[in-house]
Amino acid sequence: MGAFTINGRRVTTDAAADTPLLWVIREELGLTGTKYGCGAAQCGACTVHLNGAAVRSCVTPVSAAEGGTVVTIEGLAEGNGNGPHALIRAWTEEQVAQCGYCQPGQIMAAAALLAATPRPTREQIAEHMAGNLCRCGTYPRVVRAIERAAREA
Amino acid sequence: MAPNDMTLSRRGFLAGSGGLVFALTLGVPAEEALAQGASPQAIGAWVRISPDGAIVIRAPAAEMGQGVQTIVPLILAEEMDADWARVQVETAPVAEVFNNPAFRSQFTVASLTVKGYWMPARLAGAQVRRVLVQAAAERWGVAPDAVRTEPSVVIGPSGQRLTYGEIAAFARVPETLPAVQPADLKPVGSFRLLGRDVTRVDMAEKSSGRTQYAADIRLPGMLYATVARSPASGQRVARMNREEVAALPGVTHVLDLGHGVAVVGRSIPQVFAAREALRIEWSGSPPGAAVDSERDKALYLSHLRDPNRRPDVVFSRTGDAPAALQSAARTLTREYVSEYCYHAQMEPMGAVAHVRADGADVWTGTQWQTMAAMKTARITGLPPERVRVHQLMLGGGFGRRAHTEYIDDAVTLSKETGAPVKLLLSRADDLASGRLRPLTAQRVTMGLDSEGRIVALRHVVACEPVTPYMYGAERWRAVEGRDVITMRGSSLPHYTVPNQIAEHIHEMRGARVAAWRGIGCGYTKFALETMVDEIARDLGRDPLAYRIAMAANPRARAVLERVREMSGWPNAREGRHLGAAFAEYGDSLNATVVEISLDRALGRIRVHRLWAAVDVGLPLQPNTIVAQIEGGAIFGVSAALKEEVTIRDGAVVQRNFHDYPILRADVSPEIEVAILRGSDTPTEVGELGLPPVAPAIANAVRGATGKGLYHLPMTPERVRAALAG
Ligand code: FES
Ligand code: FES
Repeated sequence: MGAFTINGRRVTTDAAADTPLLWVIREELGLTGTKYGCGAAQCGACTVHLNGAAVRSCVTPVSAAEGGTVVTIEGLAEGNGNGPHALIRAWTEEQVAQCGYCQPGQIMAAAALLAATPRPTREQIAEHMAGNLCRCGTYPRVVRAIERAAREA
Repeated sequence: MAPNDMTLSRRGFLAGSGGLVFALTLGVPAEEALAQGASPQAIGAWVRISPDGAIVIRAPAAEMGQGVQTIVPLILAEEMDADWARVQVETAPVAEVFNNPAFRSQFTVASLTVKGYWMPARLAGAQVRRVLVQAAAERWGVAPDAVRTEPSVVIGPSGQRLTYGEIAAFARVPETLPAVQPADLKPVGSFRLLGRDVTRVDMAEKSSGRTQYAADIRLPGMLYATVARSPASGQRVARMNREEVAALPGVTHVLDLGHGVAVVGRSIPQVFAAREALRIEWSGSPPGAAVDSERDKALYLSHLRDPNRRPDVVFSRTGDAPAALQSAARTLTREYVSEYCYHAQMEPMGAVAHVRADGADVWTGTQWQTMAAMKTARITGLPPERVRVHQLMLGGGFGRRAHTEYIDDAVTLSKETGAPVKLLLSRADDLASGRLRPLTAQRVTMGLDSEGRIVALRHVVACEPVTPYMYGAERWRAVEGRDVITMRGSSLPHYTVPNQIAEHIHEMRGARVAAWRGIGCGYTKFALETMVDEIARDLGRDPLAYRIAMAANPRARAVLERVREMSGWPNAREGRHLGAAFAEYGDSLNATVVEISLDRALGRIRVHRLWAAVDVGLPLQPNTIVAQIEGGAIFGVSAALKEEVTIRDGAVVQRNFHDYPILRADVSPEIEVAILRGSDTPTEVGELGLPPVAPAIANAVRGATGKGLYHLPMTPERVRAALAG
């Protein structure tokens, strides 16, 4: 039995230790904002924060979260008492999403960037976001939304 | 929203007390459209107005990022003169009244949604408005002509006001809806909603992880499944290690479906692990089992070169190209190849099905709701009215989700196991069972007159047609060998080239093929537009000026001139090179310029900037159009430089994004889009961004090096070979 905190809530799981965190989050805890895209750390659709760092939950065993703190897109959208993360609004303002499937992962990756680098340059953004694929081609808007959030935060 | 709530909300929609429900049949003459009131048939209701002023408009098409969930209801709201702030959009169920008249089906392909629903949705909106106006006029005892509307309110001659909600509280929808003719519609100049950006209705949810896709549905007692499909279409299971796999933790069933093996179990990771352990030996030698992309390229080229191999069909013809080529002052012939491509939609194929004795529910995102419902009825043996397809958002479509085989599998598995089943393909299986853009070889001959004008074009495409695989043998016979999907873009309708012929050599290989973003234009325009550019440069002419001089109409000239202006053509920055191309897609136009750099030693091309001037007829939602062109352009750069599926012994070789790479953010170009209004009718958008991209890149390389690139994708290896040649 494993236990960790997710979006401020303490949860336990019976999943085997090597179960990818992604499936525990999605199927056991019902937090379906985190997506499956490749299962192989290639696309970033499954990005969540584990103890403050962006990780690919599809290749992170649930045992790695033991006793730790996980934040998903739902947590970022709720915010912790002071409203949604600045990125959430910036994303709507810049009309980033197309099909939307990659976007939770994009936003989680962006949040990790801004936490470490509050005013990133365009190159830093492009570099950092290269791990998150978007087949709809929203990259230019992802960049603009991050710049907006950095400005408005 | 839990799935059960969806059912409830639909019932609520129908049974809601009071209010007006309009069931409008699109695509039939207005006078024939019957009002069905709030009867049970009103399952097809498009619009409902509640006494509190809330308006619900149903969205009939598949939303995969192109914005139709917003735009089609917005068109209706415009003519209805609805207050958009009070409009709620709800996804329509599968019902005939929601058909796109262009297909007589709920089918979202070929960028024809807005174009297809445009006129019928306007007429429907105008009918709703007329009913409201007549009801108000009657109450006031004035002539309907004497009243007018502001958003969601009818205003009488002496300033009386009745809101749409107030009218809904007392009015009834008449037996026969008032007739509305196109001439009664609003003039484009008086639109309040169309032409100005509204926030897409799916944007807030998609920006916060709340949007539901197929895999997000959870039902009590649900089992999970995945399918290992035969590598080539038509193969069967000869042997497998069923017992071994069935004994793995969490596995409940291992089923031979005929076309593949399903692993069913208690969780996705367990099912995926069991699928990895599955060892299957396939039998049978259907044609597809012999597909070999490396060998087939050479085969296709040999067919193009064989003087005794007449093409199977003339796809299009104007003038007399063979004669004009004979008498041309000079001719040029080139051959082109493009590889198989995978859609790589970010959401792998999936569906949730719950089949019971008394009915079936399916939750999925499909480009073809009508087909999904039909096949569900066929598989379950249930009457169609017992089948409900709950359409969700699509995590990318691009043509892939016009195929519904993954829905069939989910339905079959729920029927077999008696439990609700969530089917999800792993990325590897999604790629292995991909429906691909076909491998093509093309041979293009252009004839010039003594002034260097193109007077004749012969374009021969050798590839597998998509129609037989996608729509079946009957349809293939009906179209008499004309495959609009693969042959799209094979002529030059916007240049003054008087003699043209496009022909198709049918390569019946049995590969799994599909429409892919841009359909045929992804490679036909690569061939045609690199050749036009080559001719211009060889004549010492500026390639854009050459095209402008050849433009057959003011719209084509306008986009070409606009992109020349935007890109600062022909002046490139230090170390950068510009290339241009032009393409039509349906009735829309796109002139694109790219700025590239080229690492000659590595053969690596990078696109830094891209300018696109597009004419989309009447632009209804400019920001959404810009987003679609950006997306199409990035898809185009990705396809042009990277994307290639290899097939060996009928099986796809690639496994995931490491060996099927798509463009990433760090090398994505900056993009500027200009929208030109070329008419008063909205035309195609979704596919439009892609076609000119690959030829523009090749043209930039040729401009910089004098070396042509004739093979897609333009990988470093191929670029190095071309530069060395
Ligand atoms: S699903 Fe985890 S990186 Fe793609
Ligand atoms: S928005 Fe569709 S994959 Fe990114």
